[in-house]
Amino acid sequence: MTDAPSTVLISGQRERVRRGLDRRLRAERRFRIYGVVAILLAILMLLFLAGTIVSKGYPAFYQTWIEVDVLLDEDLIAPDGKTDPETLREDGDFRGALIESLVARYKPAGREQENLLVAMFSTDAERTLQNFTIANPDRIGGTISIWVKASSDIDQLTKGAIGRNAPESGRKVKDLQLRWYDRMEKDGRIETRFNSGFFATGDSREPEQAGIWGAIVGSFLTMLVTLILAFPVGLAAAVYLEEFAPKNRLTDLIEVNINNLAAVPSIVFGLLGLAVFLNFFELPRSAPLVGGMVLALMTLPTIIISGRASLLAVPPSVREAAFGLGASRMQVVSHHVLPLAMPGILTGTIIGMARALGETAPLLMIGMVAFIVDIPGGPADASTVMPVQIYLWADSPERGFVEKTSGAVIVLLVFLVVMNASAVYLRKKFERRW
Amino acid sequence: MDEIAMENIEAPPAAAIAEPADAPEFRVKMKTRNVNVHYAEKHALRDVSLDIGEREVTALIGPSGCGKSTFLRCLNRMNDTIDICRVTGQLELDGQDIYDAGVDVVQLRASIGMVFQKPNPFPKSIFDNVAYGPRVHGLFSDKSDLEEVVVQSLRKAGLYDEVKDRLGDPGTSLSGGQQQRLCIARAIAVGPEVILMDEPCSSLDPIATARIEELIDELRQNFTIVIVTHSMQQAARVSQKTAFFHLGDLIEQGETPQIFTNPRHEKTQGYITGRFG
Repeated sequence: MTDAPSTVLISGQRERVRRGLDRRLRAERRFRIYGVVAILLAILMLLFLAGTIVSKGYPAFYQTWIEVDVLLDEDLIAPDGKTDPETLREDGDFRGALIESLVARYKPAGREQENLLVAMFSTDAERTLQNFTIANPDRIGGTISIWVKASSDIDQLTKGAIGRNAPESGRKVKDLQLRWYDRMEKDGRIETRFNSGFFATGDSREPEQAGIWGAIVGSFLTMLVTLILAFPVGLAAAVYLEEFAPKNRLTDLIEVNINNLAAVPSIVFGLLGLAVFLNFFELPRSAPLVGGMVLALMTLPTIIISGRASLLAVPPSVREAAFGLGASRMQVVSHHVLPLAMPGILTGTIIGMARALGETAPLLMIGMVAFIVDIPGGPADASTVMPVQIYLWADSPERGFVEKTSGAVIVLLVFLVVMNASAVYLRKKFERRW
Repeated sequence: MDEIAMENIEAPPAAAIAEPADAPEFRVKMKTRNVNVHYAEKHALRDVSLDIGEREVTALIGPSGCGKSTFLRCLNRMNDTIDICRVTGQLELDGQDIYDAGVDVVQLRASIGMVFQKPNPFPKSIFDNVAYGPRVHGLFSDKSDLEEVVVQSLRKAGLYDEVKDRLGDPGTSLSGGQQQRLCIARAIAVGPEVILMDEPCSSLDPIATARIEELIDELRQNFTIVIVTHSMQQAARVSQKTAFFHLGDLIEQGETPQIFTNPRHEKTQGYITGRFG
């Protein structure tokens, strides 16, 4: 610029840069430390969360069983001598047979003690006995050795959740029951097993019989309805808005509204579902069908927004190339743009679905919070879903439901992790370079 | 394609303008009159009138932003895809107004192919890249027919020998120059009459560029070519006609040797001697 030699432009340039350099490097180091601290904090919280959930929920996956010797007393089980499954199921007094054998062995004194003894066993025990007898009618009249579920209180005792040292009045398991329990344990009649029932049954008032399968099926049906409704509609909307619609005030307005919808609290969608789907269209209450419809409304904006972002990320050169060859707009979209955008769209959809899977509030509004024992057979059956099941169990007073709650959280988290991992996998697998 | 060209020669050259005696075979393929292009408020191209001769190479030169690419994209209505772009004026292909309401843009682009600045093969196999055009237009009767079209197109683009053993490989796995020739093959496969090239060599090294230039010279036997280029040497090497654009105006057009040795306009003179641009 000027004729002056460059060295005299700034006096002590080297010195100044050097001094400034220290400050700059310090700032950089400081910033790195902030970042590392933030990440460590996040990891710590995650570990704490996972740690508490797993340590609390782990016991939900195993269960205490007790071996009992039962005399299959003909007078109680098959009073009229018929041993066909139908009669055994209808008329057999297996509870009586169980009590009779227990009383004979443990000799409780009086009615009250007898009740305490029976209370050590799950009401499921008589069903176990019944099923065994139906399968082996030739054993009627003999004494069999059979493992049955313990009651939830005994189960909690085994797992150490009920302290033996507490005063008897404040303890669910009484001294007498403790004595019987110790005797059974000494005889090798107490055992913990994997709780397969947890993954096979629906909800129950008895913690030892409650399972999450009903909620899993309910969640699956709900997600299915959500996916069937939200994916095609969201995809069509995203493709139309991004590839076909003219850019004008109207489409701007639509875009703003879609973004707003994505931020609407989910309970508002629940209220909408209650007002429109249940009250106006009179669709069934508590049904995955309606739950799925509500969650589809909630997921739609997410799918549209992520879909549009993925479509926008497809390089214009691909569109130009296809247009230049004389492909119609529809062909450009379906042959080139959509396949390239699909991984991103699927990722957005799966993440939206994962959010819907964990959603509780809107489903409470449409009655999916009911106590439902049966496994739903279709989307119109009354049902509950995993997060609502967690909410219900967390609200139950019985001690046994504490571990069930955490156990259900673990199951839900596993589903969420699997969904998110599959989103990452899909993106990695189908991501193409150009 | 040859048949189509023959028909055109037999038809009376309605749009032909008076030509010097040394080019008796000159026939106007595309005629443009008073073409104006607006991008929203911006007047990108002003009153451009240019004739593009059949089976010759017309080069469009000019500094950046002069409107030469815009003009090129008017010729196959690629500007249609840009919402804010408005084109007025008269543009004809063989005497037929290409902006006429009755003209289908799909049909038009089947007759006027395009090669872009950056090689843009589809993320598909080499074969599928070339076969794409014939497939969307339904230009083949069976599989062997299609294979023949693909092989012929690759041959014409001078790429066949290099890729004949790996037609299933992705088009994106080729080198830049090969990709650009693949894009040319892809355009040829549709059987166009005109090929538009928008700075086809700007992202290529000198060797690949020379290869493409040779190819353009060969393609001139069968196709009408319009090429936008930033390289004046390239324009001088490959084209027969040159048009010089500046700030949205068509300043000068004529025989390439004349433009480069004896420009009539001082702006042309300034640009080709490197004083501005």
